[in-house]
Amino acid sequence: MTTPNTASRRSLGEWWSNLSRPQQWLVLIPVVALVYLLPVLNPPIISTEPGFDFQIAMFEVARYALVAIGLNVVVGQAGLLDLGYIGFFAIGAYVAALFTSPDSPLQKLPFLAVIPLAMAITMVFGIILGTPTLRLRGDYLAIVTLGFGEIVRLVADNVDPLRGQSGFQGVGHPPGTNDEGGALFNNTDGTPWYWLTVTVIIAVLFLVGNLERSRVGRAWIAIRDDEDAASIMGVNTFKFKIWAFVIGAAIGGLSGALYAGQIGFVNNQKFDVVTSMLFLAAVILGGSGNKVGVILGAVVVAYVPLRFLVIAEYKFLIFGVALIVLMIFRPQGLLGARQRLLTYGRLAYQRLLGKGEQVSSDTALVTEKNGGAR
Amino acid sequence: MFLAQEDSWIKFDLGALGDQFWNSTVEGLSQGSIYALVALGYTLVYGVLKLINFAHSEVFIYGAYATWFVFYGLGFRPGATPDLPVMELIGFVLLALVAAMAVSGGTAVALERVAYRPLRKKGAPRLVFLITAIGASFVLQQLIFIWRGGNAEQAIRLLRPQEVFELFGASVTNITIIIVVASILMMVGIDMFVNRSRLGRGIRAVAQDPDTATLMGVNKERVIVLTFLIGGLLAGAAALLYMMKNPQGASYQGGFLLGIKAFTAAVLGGIGNLRGALLGGLLLGLAENYGQSLFGGEWRDVVAFVLLVLILMFRPTGILGESLGKARV
Repeated sequence: MTTPNTASRRSLGEWWSNLSRPQQWLVLIPVVALVYLLPVLNPPIISTEPGFDFQIAMFEVARYALVAIGLNVVVGQAGLLDLGYIGFFAIGAYVAALFTSPDSPLQKLPFLAVIPLAMAITMVFGIILGTPTLRLRGDYLAIVTLGFGEIVRLVADNVDPLRGQSGFQGVGHPPGTNDEGGALFNNTDGTPWYWLTVTVIIAVLFLVGNLERSRVGRAWIAIRDDEDAASIMGVNTFKFKIWAFVIGAAIGGLSGALYAGQIGFVNNQKFDVVTSMLFLAAVILGGSGNKVGVILGAVVVAYVPLRFLVIAEYKFLIFGVALIVLMIFRPQGLLGARQRLLTYGRLAYQRLLGKGEQVSSDTALVTEKNGGAR
Repeated sequence: MFLAQEDSWIKFDLGALGDQFWNSTVEGLSQGSIYALVALGYTLVYGVLKLINFAHSEVFIYGAYATWFVFYGLGFRPGATPDLPVMELIGFVLLALVAAMAVSGGTAVALERVAYRPLRKKGAPRLVFLITAIGASFVLQQLIFIWRGGNAEQAIRLLRPQEVFELFGASVTNITIIIVVASILMMVGIDMFVNRSRLGRGIRAVAQDPDTATLMGVNKERVIVLTFLIGGLLAGAAALLYMMKNPQGASYQGGFLLGIKAFTAAVLGGIGNLRGALLGGLLLGLAENYGQSLFGGEWRDVVAFVLLVLILMFRPTGILGESLGKARV
């Protein structure tokens, strides 16, 4: 949405870090205001109309951004390749449907109460999936999570109370009425949903950002860079991997619940592996480990097919080619992860010697040289 | 609330398992041998490159399409199975076999050339390979989708299933026999090739220690291409057998599930272990079919995935362990 272009990435990044906090706020507030205003402004070139409703498209973009931020915690921060993220997304959507749809025999709850519930339940599933499997590494973890995503989908297919293809109609939405007296959050107007999602994204960014700067985030980076070394240095790798998994799962569940609310209909058709790969493509394309990067990736993945409907049919092909080309020429993604952690070391070094020290900036996927799978 | 209805949505029918035990066994062995053939492709590439070749399932489905088009090109159309003289039938099937193996082998080698070799040149880490493999899988799948659309090709069958003999009340058809015998022959052949021949020794050397093998004069690049080629050829052969068994099997997504299951089979037996692939394939085929009679047909894929998760959790190196890279005394 508001990402600096890649050519001047380094310098823009440096410029940004050199600004003081109030200066950063001065830049950030208009940008955020612009982001909020987008669906109202409906700018001519960016607009997806007449092919696709722009407000809904913006919600789609925001939803993908939220998913990408969540998946980035798992893949980008902790370095755990998760191909089954769609499973958490699906669980969130189904929890929202089960507790709000009239088709479900369960007790009805207000939508706003269902959101934390969906997050809590996906967190439990994160622990259930994570506890036994996080001993695995790399490719094997990827395959197990893929299996998990498929199991969730197959269960949704086959368990009768989840209603398979007929699904749940009339999934709930947040309260509020618009000028005409209808529901403010309805299925046809994306604007309120977009605002809600952007607000959620900002809140999640704050939380995740704080986590990153905390002990947990440092542990994640240590695990991502070299799990064995981290473990030897006293990082409880298992605990922090579970942390990453659970937080990622919660964000996935949250976005699933929002998606279910906006669409108003949940069935088993929307949670296939291919979508899971699309989520991963968003993270990898943008630059796993970099929050701005993954948002950019999500924008590309969600927006481009909606803007250029001619190519929508080819989107998987295009993203497949993009993944291959990117991995060959720029494995760290459009915006690589920056090593925030080393900032302090760099400052100390500068004070001591009066000059800068060169630190590699590309780490996310480039570091796992020969992590064994056993 | 759901618990009250539990028995209605998942059945647990030991009686059905007992009744269908031999049927499931025969069916499981024939499916399992197809899994095993595809699993060999995963195992060989994993053994040499330590890479899960995610796009191998597409290599397989390209072979299935090749088979279909050979049948179609020979003038057969979906519908009734023709009555062919035996020699002619064998000729057509062999033609399809050659085509499927050529297409699958070519796809595998092209994949290695386009997607993996540039990464190897740059010494990319393993996760980068995996993501490339996912991207390649997408591309190959979507090419089929754009060309042939989302629906599976209509079934063309050259050989009608006929019961040859009965095994404890389960009928064993000619197709089952062909599948099991052909796959086991091919697997024995590959095992001999890898263990006895000069090229096979090269494969084992690279699997064991690529750098030392290079120093000893093994052409690593050639060995890698060779492993992709062998994996592709076997996947092509498996595709023909699969199309004999499920003539409606050619669909753009058809490879995904089979690929995952073949990978499960490879892991089950011990990825990187040729004999493990056979064992794992047969075991997975059996487990799936027993699970199907036990829980009902709709749970069959769940059984395979749960098995995958369980194996990786408790025995990530599989039943026989990794062995392609181990020195043999």
